[in-house]
Amino acid sequence: MKKFHLHPCGNFRERYTQELTVFTTDFGRLWGVIGFVLLVTTVPWLASPYMLYIINMIGIAAIAAIGLNILIGFTGQISLGHGAFFGVGAYAAAILATRFHLPFFVTIPLAGLITAMIGMIFGIPSGRLKGLYLTIATLAGQFIIEYLLIHWDTLTKGTAGITLPPTKLLTFSLQGDLGFYYLIFLALAGMGWIAVNLMRTRYGRAFIAIRDNDRAAEGMGIPIFRYKLLSFGISSFYAGFAGALWASYMGSITAEPFNLSLSVEYIAMVIIGGLGSISGSIYGAVFITLLNESLRFMTGILMNSGIVAASGLNMAPLREFIFGLAIVMFILIEPRGLAELWRITRSSFRLWPFSY
Amino acid sequence: MDFFIQLLVGGISVGFLYGLSAMGFVMIFKSSSVLNFAHGELLAIGAYFFLAFIVWAKLPFLLAFLLALVGCFLLGIMIERIFLRPLIGEPLIFVIMLTVGLAAMFKGIILLIWGGNLHTYPNFLPETLGINWGVVRIPPVYSATLVIGMLFLLLFGLFFKFSSQGIYMRSVADNQRAALSLGVHVKRVFALSWAIAALVAGMSGMVLGIINGVNVHDLSAIGLKVFPVVILGGLDSIGGAIIGGIIIGLLETFTGGYLSPSLRDVVPYVILVLILLLKPYGLFGLKEIERV
Repeated sequence: MKKFHLHPCGNFRERYTQELTVFTTDFGRLWGVIGFVLLVTTVPWLASPYMLYIINMIGIAAIAAIGLNILIGFTGQISLGHGAFFGVGAYAAAILATRFHLPFFVTIPLAGLITAMIGMIFGIPSGRLKGLYLTIATLAGQFIIEYLLIHWDTLTKGTAGITLPPTKLLTFSLQGDLGFYYLIFLALAGMGWIAVNLMRTRYGRAFIAIRDNDRAAEGMGIPIFRYKLLSFGISSFYAGFAGALWASYMGSITAEPFNLSLSVEYIAMVIIGGLGSISGSIYGAVFITLLNESLRFMTGILMNSGIVAASGLNMAPLREFIFGLAIVMFILIEPRGLAELWRITRSSFRLWPFSY
Repeated sequence: MDFFIQLLVGGISVGFLYGLSAMGFVMIFKSSSVLNFAHGELLAIGAYFFLAFIVWAKLPFLLAFLLALVGCFLLGIMIERIFLRPLIGEPLIFVIMLTVGLAAMFKGIILLIWGGNLHTYPNFLPETLGINWGVVRIPPVYSATLVIGMLFLLLFGLFFKFSSQGIYMRSVADNQRAALSLGVHVKRVFALSWAIAALVAGMSGMVLGIINGVNVHDLSAIGLKVFPVVILGGLDSIGGAIIGGIIIGLLETFTGGYLSPSLRDVVPYVILVLILLLKPYGLFGLKEIERV
């Protein structure tokens, strides 16, 4: 019988392996399992189709945000091209599914790999550039990919877009909100698990060393360029994977959504969630997706209510304003994001009611 | 040949506008190393201030112009004081994302007040300003722009060379810590450089508005086109911004004219990546050599 670990009153860690544990207590592990079981069993039956759609969107965004957090939060390389990589994944999945008639469990990981290759190509400037120069290079990457998606007609069918065949597992159709709910959350759990554990290996430690001090990292014998490229590759793999899921879920895609504001949205998720925290990326994805949806809902109500409708004001830009305001406020007030807020709340309740 | 000359003249005039728009961006970067993603929105705000004064308040042209400049100056001080000052010394990602957030906020406000339609100023420039040499036809707005741009370039050159505030600004740009230890009020210098940059941006926005009409989407797109321009010219060189702007403008018009119109928007960014790989500090930028 294993002895259960609850929170000790203080820090009694003796080994580095104890520092590296994912769950500090068995209590946390238990909650993790309960949460996952509840998510799988009850949510699909409680949620309306619209809610289920939003939850699916959150899941897809969370996968992409985890990828971006590996690049920005762990490796310290700022990329403004994540939205374009998401688009590359979506198009790769669509082309593989329509041209080669591959099933989804092949197209989605393959789309991730293709995106990882393209991400590594756009990561090559990181060999010479760092900081804001690299950021500008990825900005250029965003525009170049966007251009190719729209204008490379023979491959992407240009502005007409591509319609994907329905997603099928053998003969059983997964299309629809419920089928994709399971697909997306299995993928999210798997990708989250990989990311958490990747950051505990030598690769993750090398990424963190590069983020904290690249000269010291080089001095300690970490081949910086190779690890930066690897980080770009992993991050784009996540983006491409999420994009491929999104494309299969939506059923048809055009190049329009994969613009700079999508990239900005992902960075906002990473910052609002918490840089350098895998769970933070998920909080960020929840926050931004819910913010977008509720603002859409609210501006809809405002537009139809008496006074505003009579004055003829267009309230839609309010969304953009509040989105910007949320980013600015988080940066000014809690730059470490929701993950830090959650940690503070948790630790203040940990020894409750006898906290000091 | 006529077509070539038309493209040449068109490219230089468009490029000069890009250079003018990039000047404010370079000024902020030079003094506080902030990469300003809200630059396009600053251009738009200048243009809309001018629009409000000249169309709504019906003020005379010169007064409206000056009032709009004052408005931009105050806005620049406010942005630095409220948003950028708490971030001094914070990691790059926060500063970049803060300006991205500011851009979204400004765009939202502008769209709420003025909407997304194209507005135009009343015509106030005399026709005689235009130049007409056979095939070379330059509309009056462009020659006015050239004059205004040159004037501002000269004024800023003198300001940075001789005035004490200008010298403080250069010293902060050169070495912040040394400037601080010699008694330069670095925070005031930041505020001043944001104010001046917002003023220059507002002025460029007004000029762009006179030429193309005022539309927040177009102006914020130009704010992104500033990046290839300043990377080509060197991120911290004001003269380089003008030259980079002219080169980018020429490249754009020539690809638009000879290759394909759809390519013209992406060419600057292809150039941008090439420059970053080959000569990251641009034509006139300060080289920081680092081997990691």
